[in-house]
Amino acid sequence: MISKAFKRSLWVFHVNSGSCNGCDIEVIAALTPRYDAERFGIKLVASPRHADVIAFTGPVTNDMADKVIRIIQQTPDPKVIVIVGSCGISGGVFHESYHLAGPIDRLYPNAKYFYVPGCPPRPEAIIHAFTKAWEWLEEVEKK
Amino acid sequence: MNGEFLFKLVLESIGLVFFSIFFGLLFKGIDRKLVAHMQSRVGPPIRQPFLDVMKLMNKENIVPKHAVKWMYNLAPLICLTSSIIILFYIPIGSIHPFLEGHGDIILILYLFAIPSLAMVAGGFASSSPFATVGAQREMVTMISYELPLSIIIISMVWRLSNIGGNVFSLQFIAQHPLWNSVGLLGFIGLLFLLFSMIIVTPGELAKVPFDVAEAETEIAGGLTVEYSGRNLAMLYMADGVKIFAFSAIIVALFFPYNISQYFNLNSLISFIIDFLFFLLKVFLVMLSSVTLIRAGMARLRITQVVSSYWFTVSLIALIGLVLLMWDVSLKVGW
Repeated sequence: MISKAFKRSLWVFHVNSGSCNGCDIEVIAALTPRYDAERFGIKLVASPRHADVIAFTGPVTNDMADKVIRIIQQTPDPKVIVIVGSCGISGGVFHESYHLAGPIDRLYPNAKYFYVPGCPPRPEAIIHAFTKAWEWLEEVEKK
Repeated sequence: MNGEFLFKLVLESIGLVFFSIFFGLLFKGIDRKLVAHMQSRVGPPIRQPFLDVMKLMNKENIVPKHAVKWMYNLAPLICLTSSIIILFYIPIGSIHPFLEGHGDIILILYLFAIPSLAMVAGGFASSSPFATVGAQREMVTMISYELPLSIIIISMVWRLSNIGGNVFSLQFIAQHPLWNSVGLLGFIGLLFLLFSMIIVTPGELAKVPFDVAEAETEIAGGLTVEYSGRNLAMLYMADGVKIFAFSAIIVALFFPYNISQYFNLNSLISFIIDFLFFLLKVFLVMLSSVTLIRAGMARLRITQVVSSYWFTVSLIALIGLVLLMWDVSLKVGW
């Protein structure tokens, strides 16, 4: 009973770690009446302390590197990190740029990551990643 | 204070805790579903708040390094318990309040300040700048809505004092609905008071457009910014209980009618009918004072909150008070 709570209640904290704003618009589009992520209990929250999932958009710039790690550490366990867009996975169009600190999964390897490729990904793909995230959270809760 | 009374009180308290949390979360779920439909979304299922609370109970409970630990952990507990205690004084359907005769409407007025004060204390204790800003805004909001709220309650009680009796007791107010005893001017005055009470509600419950203290897009959740896990779940439940309790207060002040007397039924069925009718009334009050306003408006600035409460809403409440006075002195009939 208790382990099923994650299935319908997932609070997302959205961080822009140097994105071009394309993926941010798609994250917001997933909340609009057309896709309405809230019907699955997915809700954007304002503080990492409330979050179960942190959604990072964009490659990590040098300025954001330490903040990204702090945000991940501030989130209570169990938590999942969803990387939205190609930039967070490989650097995308910005790869080999001089001001990138590298992908988040290399900066902070001790967390569970889910990846949404695309430039930008479609809102359906983002919602799909969140469903994968809550499946994983339920596995963790069962143990 | 004999043993039997205490035993009964303990049993009833345990029952009322579950009752108030269940209906608080249920009404919160209905509110979210209705707002979603008004925004042409499908919206979460009505049991969503229960799932949210269950999930939050499973999460890690973080206490920030620089927080005042005992205050930080105590504040959500005080917030939840004091919101539940309010329901001990409110008649629910045909059930008499459990602490009948031990407190009056003035006590309830102060009890409604305690959850907000606890949240202010928790906000300051969590040592986050966002929470500090939120706590200061919450205090300013409290100062703003207390004036019209007091005017409303004082004018209703003053009008009742012309009937006589223990006018400050909520049971007396519920037994003597003012709508029956006033003339035309008093009726219009009561409408003014009801309107200002409906505007006070979202301020009291920190809902849009008066949710400056918990502005999510502005100060990252304000008072609740550092709370997580069990503490956040308690604040979440307290929010639902407060919606239920404040709507129940409006029902007790303005619509204390029961429908069972119009049917010839035995006591159990009439009890159930009164209870369901009470829930319907609470729902309608919540719909008009929280849900519709929340779906239709954006957030105000803190200066606009203060000026709209102190000038506009207080003025409307004062007009209601003056009309009730004229109703007594001029005696304009229907």
